[in-house]
Amino acid sequence: MDKTNVQELQDVVIRFSGDSGDGMQLTGTLFSDTSALLGNGISTFPDYPAEIRAPQGTVAGVSGFQVHFGDHRELNPGDYCDVLVAMNPAALKANRKWLKKGATVIIDGDSLTEEHLKKAGFTTLDPIAELGLEEYNVVIPDITTMTKEALASTGLDNKAVVKCKNMFALGICFYIYNRPEDHARKYLDSKFAKKNPAIAEANKMAIDAGYNYAANTHQFANTYTIAPAKLEKGTYRSISGNIATAWGLCAAAEKAGLPLFCGSYPITPATVILEELAKRKDLGVKTVQAEDEIAGICTAIGAAYAGNFAVTTTSGPGLSLKSEALGLAVMTELPLVVVDVQRGGPSTGLPTKTEQSDLAQALYGRNGECPVIVIASSSPSDCFHYAFEAGRLAMEHMTPVVLLSDGFIANGSEPWRIPSMKDYPTINPPIVNDAPEGGFMPYVRNEKLVRGWAFPGKPGLEHRVGGLEKDSIKGTISTDPANHQKMVDTRAAKVAKVVDDIPVQTVYGDAEGDLLVVGWGGTRGHLQTAVDELRKEGKRVSHCHFNYINPLPHGVREIFSKFRKIVVCELNEGQFANYLRQNFQEFHYEQYNKCEGQPFTVVELKQKFESLLK
Amino acid sequence: MATYNYTPADFKSDQEVRWCPGCGDHAILNAVQRALPEIADATDTPHNLFTFVSGIGCSSRFIYYMKTFGFHSVHGRANAVATGVKTANPKLAVFVASGDGDSLAIGGNHFIHAIRRNVNLNMILFNNEIYGLTKGQYSPTSKLGKITKTSPYGTVEKPFNPGELVIGAKGTFFARSVDQEVNLTKECLIAAAKHQGMSVVECLQNCVIFNDKTHASFAGDKATRAEHTILLRHGEKMTFGAHNEKGLVFENMKLKVVTIGQDGYTLDDVLTHDAHERDTTLHVMLAAMKYPDYPVALGVIRCVEDSAVYDQAVERQVEEGKAKSSIHCVDDLLRSGETWEVK
Repeated sequence: MDKTNVQELQDVVIRFSGDSGDGMQLTGTLFSDTSALLGNGISTFPDYPAEIRAPQGTVAGVSGFQVHFGDHRELNPGDYCDVLVAMNPAALKANRKWLKKGATVIIDGDSLTEEHLKKAGFTTLDPIAELGLEEYNVVIPDITTMTKEALASTGLDNKAVVKCKNMFALGICFYIYNRPEDHARKYLDSKFAKKNPAIAEANKMAIDAGYNYAANTHQFANTYTIAPAKLEKGTYRSISGNIATAWGLCAAAEKAGLPLFCGSYPITPATVILEELAKRKDLGVKTVQAEDEIAGICTAIGAAYAGNFAVTTTSGPGLSLKSEALGLAVMTELPLVVVDVQRGGPSTGLPTKTEQSDLAQALYGRNGECPVIVIASSSPSDCFHYAFEAGRLAMEHMTPVVLLSDGFIANGSEPWRIPSMKDYPTINPPIVNDAPEGGFMPYVRNEKLVRGWAFPGKPGLEHRVGGLEKDSIKGTISTDPANHQKMVDTRAAKVAKVVDDIPVQTVYGDAEGDLLVVGWGGTRGHLQTAVDELRKEGKRVSHCHFNYINPLPHGVREIFSKFRKIVVCELNEGQFANYLRQNFQEFHYEQYNKCEGQPFTVVELKQKFESLLK
Repeated sequence: MATYNYTPADFKSDQEVRWCPGCGDHAILNAVQRALPEIADATDTPHNLFTFVSGIGCSSRFIYYMKTFGFHSVHGRANAVATGVKTANPKLAVFVASGDGDSLAIGGNHFIHAIRRNVNLNMILFNNEIYGLTKGQYSPTSKLGKITKTSPYGTVEKPFNPGELVIGAKGTFFARSVDQEVNLTKECLIAAAKHQGMSVVECLQNCVIFNDKTHASFAGDKATRAEHTILLRHGEKMTFGAHNEKGLVFENMKLKVVTIGQDGYTLDDVLTHDAHERDTTLHVMLAAMKYPDYPVALGVIRCVEDSAVYDQAVERQVEEGKAKSSIHCVDDLLRSGETWEVK
C-alpha cells in the first residue's frame, strides 16, 4: 500500500466505544496488545456499564475501552483521546467530553438513523452540529454496510456478519497507526477456529476490509507510527491487574512450598482473579466457588488451618460480608490474604467503576480490636508484586492481610517485564513439624510475636483454636481479664512489628520542596504524570506514594517534614488523609478527593497542585 | 482393617466439660469418644488425622473436649470452614459438630451447600429445638406454637425437619439417633465415617434447662421409644413395638402403620428398608414421619454411594491438570502466551 504521509508521534490515545454488546473491550484489547507487541508503552482503561447488555443505543449502555500507547512507558491511560471510534450516536454523545481539541472521530454512518439519534437523546438529526464537532476531524464511514458487503461471500447470517463490524473499525485503526494484523488474526484463530472457523475467517476478513477501506479512501490523508518505547532489556508481556494478582498469589504459594487455595464468590470487578486461579490446576491451585462471600472466606480459613496458603478475593460489598470471619482469622492467627478489588460504593454502588473508598473498611471494619496488615497495589503489573508481598507477610507473620486493588488497575493493562522467580525470596512460614517437650502450645510466639503453624495430620500436634479469647500460651478458652488485655496488646504489637519487614518509604522527585503529592494504591500513574509535568515546568513538587498502609513504613515523618505543603489525593472523601492525621498529627494535610467512579485526570490534578503552589 | 488399639480416653481432652448437668450433649460426646477407636480401625485413620470443626452454640463447644485437632469457628460457618479443611487436605477425617440454630438458621446456606457438594464430611447435628447458649429462644426446628422467650405467644412459623432438608439438598447419607441411645449414636457415626461423601447424623438432644423433654413424647424412655420410634436397618423389615408387632406398609402412595396379623397384614406386607436406594421418595417419607401419626425413624435412613465426592473430585482435577499442562511452575506461567523481547 502506498503510504506517503507517514508521521511519527510520541503517544496517542484511542477510545473505542459502542453498545455493551458491540465487542468494544475485545477491539480495544486487540489494539493494545498489538501495540504492546510492537514495543510501545501501553496503559489501558476499560470503562463499561454494569449491565451485560444494557439497553441498546442508550448513553447508559455505552461500553468504552481507552488505549494510551507511546514511545515511552505510559503511566496512565490518558485523560482525553486523539481518536474516538463510536459505533453509534450514544457512544459519540457519551464520549464527547473526552475528545482532545481537533481529535479524529470515526462514527459508523449506518448508525446515524433518526431512531438511534433519538435513543441517544439527540434533539436534531445532525449530531455533529449538536455536539459542536465542526472543528474536529469527523469521518463517517458506513461501517455496517461495508462489513456486510465484505462478508457477503461467507454465507453467514446477517446477525453474525453485523457482529464483525467492530473488527472493521479495528482494521481502520490498524491502518492509521501502521499496526500489523498478525496478533489479532492469531487471537481470532485461537478463539474461534476450533468451535467455528467460519466466524474466525469472517472476523479476519472484516479487519482486512476496514484496513483496505482506510487505505483506499482519502479521508485519512496521514498515517502515523509510534516508535517502540525505550524499555529495560528483557522479556515482556501485556498484563492486567487481576491476572497479575492471581499470578502473584501463585508465586507466593510456590515460594512458600505450599498449595494455593482460593475460596471466593464471584463479584465485579474481582471475579477474573477467581477465574484465573480456577484454571491453575496445573500449579496445584484448588478453588472453591463458595455459596456466598462468607463461605468464601470461611473455606479459606479452614484451608489455612489445614496448611494451605489460603486466599479469598472480593470487592467492597463482599468485604463487608467477610468481616466477621476476618476477625476469626485475626483471633486464630492464621495466614490469609483477602484481595479487595475496590469499586464505587456504598452498597452495590457502581460495580464496574473504580474508587478507593474501602480503605477505612479494610483498616477498621471489624468488631473488637482487630488489626490486620493492609497493603495496596498501584499499577496493573505491580499487582503481581504486592500479591506476592501479601502472601509473604501473611504467612511469615501468621495474620490476615487485606490487599487493596481497584477496578481501574484490575481491568487496565500494561507491558510488564517478566520477572524471574529466582529473584524472589523464599517465604518461610513458622511451620511446626514436631511437638516440643511438654507438648505443643499453639500460642507460644517467636521474637516477631508470631505463633507456630501446626497443620492437622501431624502426630503429636493435636490442638484446638477458635474465635473465643484464648490463653496466651495454651490456646484454651480464657476469660481472665489480664489475659485478654495481654492478647489484645500482643495482636496489635505483632502487626506493628511488621514495619521492620517492609521497605522504608521513598519519595519520587526531590527530597524537599514546595509541595508533596501523597497518594496510595491505584492512582500512582496519574499522580506521577501530573508531578512529572509540573517538575518539567520547574515546579518544586515531589510524589510520595504508599503501598504499605498498615503498618505505615519507616521514614514517612522524615519525608513529610521537608515540604512546605502536603496534599493527599485519593478517590474517596479523605480516608487516607484522616489516617495520616491520626498517625502523624504534626502535619497539615490538604486534600484532593473525587468520587465519580472515574480515575483522576492529569489535567485536574495539575490544576489543583498549581493552585496550592500559588 | 487396621488395629490402632485406641481407647475412648485417647480422644478426651484435659478440658473440663462445661455443659449443664443432665444435658444430652454429654451422652453424644460419650458416643463420639467411644465410636472413634472403632472408626480409626474401620477406616484406617490414625489419631492425628481426626479434625473436629464447630460453629457457635452449646454443642459447638464440643471440639474443646476432644483431644484431636479442633477448630471452633464463628456462628453458622462450621460447614464452610470444614469444607475448606477437607478440600485443602482430603486425607483428614473431618467431623462437624453443630446445632439446629447454628446449621439450620444462620448457617443454613452452608449446610445445604456442603450437602449438595457432597463434601466428605461427617456432621453431627445436635437438635434440641431451642437456642440454649443464648438462654432459650425458639430455633428453626422448634415446634409450631412453641412458647419461648422470643415467642411468648407461641411461634407462628413451621419448623424444618432436618432429614427432609438433607435429602432435599441431594444428601447421600442421613441417620438419626437419640442422645440417650449411646450405642445407636455410635453405630450411626461409624456408618457415617465409612460413607464416602457428606453424612449427617441428627442427634435428638434434650436441653434440660430451656426445652426439657422436647423429644420425650416418643423418645422419653426405653418403653416409649419401643412404641413410638422405629429403628431402621438396611435389609431388615420395618417393624417396631415392644414385640416388633407393628410394621410400616406402603399404601395409596403413603406410609401406613399396621399391626402384623391384623386386618389381613402379614410380615410379608411390611416394607424392607433399603438405605442404598438412590430414589429419595421413600427416604423422605421415612425421615418426615412424625409422632403421633407415625413412629419417628431412627438409624441410617439413607446411605447412597455417589462417585461425585467434592474434595476427591477437586484433587482429581488438580492431578489431571498437572499431568496435562505444559505449565509446571510460575516461571512457565509468566512466560506462557504472547511475549516479546526488548534488546
